[in-house]
Amino acid sequence: MHAPAPPPVTPAVRFEGVMRHFGAVRAVDGVDLSIVPGEFFAMLGPSGSGKTTCLRLIAGFEQPDAGHIEIFGEKVEGLPPYRRAVNTVFQDYALFPHLSVGENVAYGLRVRGVGRVEREKLAREALAMVKLAGMETRRPAQLSGGQRQRVALARALVVRPKVLLLDEPLGALDLKLREEMQSELKGLQRALGLSFVFVTHDQGEALSMADRVAVFNEGRIVQVGPPEEVYERPATRFVAGFVGSANVLEPAEAAALGGAARPSSLRPEKIVLLAADAPEPTGAAVVEAGVVEMSYQGAVRRVTARAASGLHLTAAVPASASAVAAGDTIRLAVPKGAVQPMEGEG
Amino acid sequence: MSLATLAFPEPREGILRRVSDVLVRRARLLTLLLLVPPLLWIGLVYLGSLFVFLGQSIFSIDEFSGTIVREPTTATLLELFRPANFDIVLRTVGVAAAVTALCTLLAFPIAYYAARYAGPKVKAGFYLAVMMPLWSSYLVKVYGWKLLLAKEGAIGWFAGKLGLAGALETWLALPVVGGPSLSVSYTGMVLTFTYLWLPFMILPVQAALERVPPNLIEAAGDLGAHPGLVFRTVILPLAMPGVVAGAIFTFSLTLGDYIVPQIIGTSALVLGQAVYTLQGTAGNIPLAAAFSLVPILVMALFLTLARRTGAFDAL
Repeated sequence: MHAPAPPPVTPAVRFEGVMRHFGAVRAVDGVDLSIVPGEFFAMLGPSGSGKTTCLRLIAGFEQPDAGHIEIFGEKVEGLPPYRRAVNTVFQDYALFPHLSVGENVAYGLRVRGVGRVEREKLAREALAMVKLAGMETRRPAQLSGGQRQRVALARALVVRPKVLLLDEPLGALDLKLREEMQSELKGLQRALGLSFVFVTHDQGEALSMADRVAVFNEGRIVQVGPPEEVYERPATRFVAGFVGSANVLEPAEAAALGGAARPSSLRPEKIVLLAADAPEPTGAAVVEAGVVEMSYQGAVRRVTARAASGLHLTAAVPASASAVAAGDTIRLAVPKGAVQPMEGEG
Repeated sequence: MSLATLAFPEPREGILRRVSDVLVRRARLLTLLLLVPPLLWIGLVYLGSLFVFLGQSIFSIDEFSGTIVREPTTATLLELFRPANFDIVLRTVGVAAAVTALCTLLAFPIAYYAARYAGPKVKAGFYLAVMMPLWSSYLVKVYGWKLLLAKEGAIGWFAGKLGLAGALETWLALPVVGGPSLSVSYTGMVLTFTYLWLPFMILPVQAALERVPPNLIEAAGDLGAHPGLVFRTVILPLAMPGVVAGAIFTFSLTLGDYIVPQIIGTSALVLGQAVYTLQGTAGNIPLAAAFSLVPILVMALFLTLARRTGAFDAL
C-alpha cells in the first residue's frame, strides 16, 4: 500500500523509502509515510513489525540505512536526538531515579539553560496539566505506574516538542487506568494541537484514539487510513486478521456470499443469526450451517459454524439472541456489502 | 494407563521430613538458625576483639617502666595531634586520597567500556584481565614495581627512549611528590598502590554502570542533553554508588597497608607502619590503638561526606 499523496501543508514527519536493517533482519523495509501536523497518528502492528524502529528513527535513536526522513520539512538524517524538535514518552517511562519528580520534568529545560526559577514554574505548570500538581518533591519510585506515566508525559511536553512520540505508553497500565489515560491523552492532543505518533500493538487502542492508523507487518506499512476505513475495508489478509477478527474468504466463497470474486474479508459482527421461523431477508445471502463451537463473551456470543460447502464462518451475535449449541443447524444471513474485497496478499 | 491408575509411592515420614515441615512453617526459626553462627563469629570474635583493642586507647603507657597504666585518660588520644604523629595521619590520608583519585580516573573508562560496549566474549576477557593480577602474590608484585621504578629500571629507561628523561627529572625535583628516584618517592608509592587496588575500583564501578538503564541515556538525549551533559547529569550520578564502593576499598586498603611503604617510598612512616612498630618493638599498645582509630574515623567521615553530596541518591 502506498502512502497517500502528500498533503498541501508541510508534513510533521515524512518518510521516503526508509530502510533500517539489523544484520539480516529487515526491521524497517522501505517505509513511506506522511504525518499531518496536529494529527494523532497510530502505528499499529505485532512485535517485530518495525513500528518501534520507525518511532526510534523519528526520535534519532536509530539512523536509516537508506531513504529520507523529514521533520517539518527539515531533513534529519544524521542529526542526533538532542538536535531534534521531537520528544519521546518511553514504554517504561525512563524517569531518572536520582532526580525528584519536579527535577525530572525540568530536566529538558535545565539542559537548555533555562534558569531555576523559570524552569521550576514551567515544571509545576506541566505537572498540573497532567493532574500531578504538588508532587514535585516526590521520587519516581514513590509513584504508581499511572503517575509515572503522567510524569513522563509532562517531562516530554514541557520542552514544547513539535511532535510527541509515544512508545506503547499504556502497555504497563491496568485496563481501567488505560482507558482513562486513553481519553486524557486524546484530550491533551486536541488541546495542544500537537502531532502525536503513537506506537501500539493494541488494535482497540489504535482504533479508539487515532485520526489515522498505519498497520505494520514485517517492516512495511500494509495499510494506512482512518480507523473506520482500516477496520471496515482491510486491505490485506494480515490487516483483516490483526485489526479485529475477520472471516477471510477465497474468491469463490466471496462470490457465493454476494461479494466480488476476489479474496475478501467478512467481519463476524456483520453476520446475522436468523431465528428458526424468521423469513429470509431480501438482498442478503443466507447460509445454512451446523454449529461447531459457541462461546459466550458477555456482550456477544461467537458462533463458529460449518456450511455444507465446507465454508467455515464465525459470527458475533448479540448475547441476547436465542441460545444455540454445538450440533444445531442454524441459518446465517450475510447482508449486502458486508463482504469486502482485499487488494493485496501480505 | 490413565493418570488415575498411576500409583506414586507415598513419601516416607522421617525425622528430616518433620524438621523440614517445622522450618517451612516457621521461617523465622530458619533465619535464626542460619544467622547465629556467622553473627557469633562477626560479633564476638571479630568486632569484640576489635573493640577490646580500640578500648586500649583510653589507657596510657608509663614512660619509664613501659608498662600500661590502666586508668582512663585522653592523653594517648591527644598524642595523635602531636606534630610528628599528626604528620603520619596527614601523609597516609594524602596518599590514600591520591591513590583513590588515580584509581577512579583509570577505572572509569575501562569500566564504562566493559559495561556499555563490550560483547559477551570481550567481557569474559575483561573479567579475566582485571582479576588476573589478584591471583599472583602481593609481594612479588610490589618487588616487581620496585624494579620498574628504580633509577635504572624499566620506567626510567622507557622515559629515556621516548625523550622524556628531562620530564621525569623535573617531576622528581618537585617537592613532596619527588625524590632521588621513583622507587623512593611518594609518586612511586601511589603508582604501586594504584596498580594493586585498581581491580577493586573497576569491578564496583562496572557493576554500577551496568545497572544504568540504556533508556535513561536515550531519554536524556531525547530531552536535549548532548553526550557530555548526559554523562554529567545522568551517568555519573547513577554510577556514584559504585565509585564510592570502589573508593571504600582503595581508600581503606591504602590506609591500612604497611608493606608497600616499607619497600617503596620515603623513609617517613605511614599509619600502618606506625601501628606495626608501636604494638611490636615499642610495646605501646595504647598509642597503637589510638592510631588504629584513625582509619575508622576517616572512613566514617568519608562516607558521611559522600552521603551529603548525594552519592547514594541513586540507590
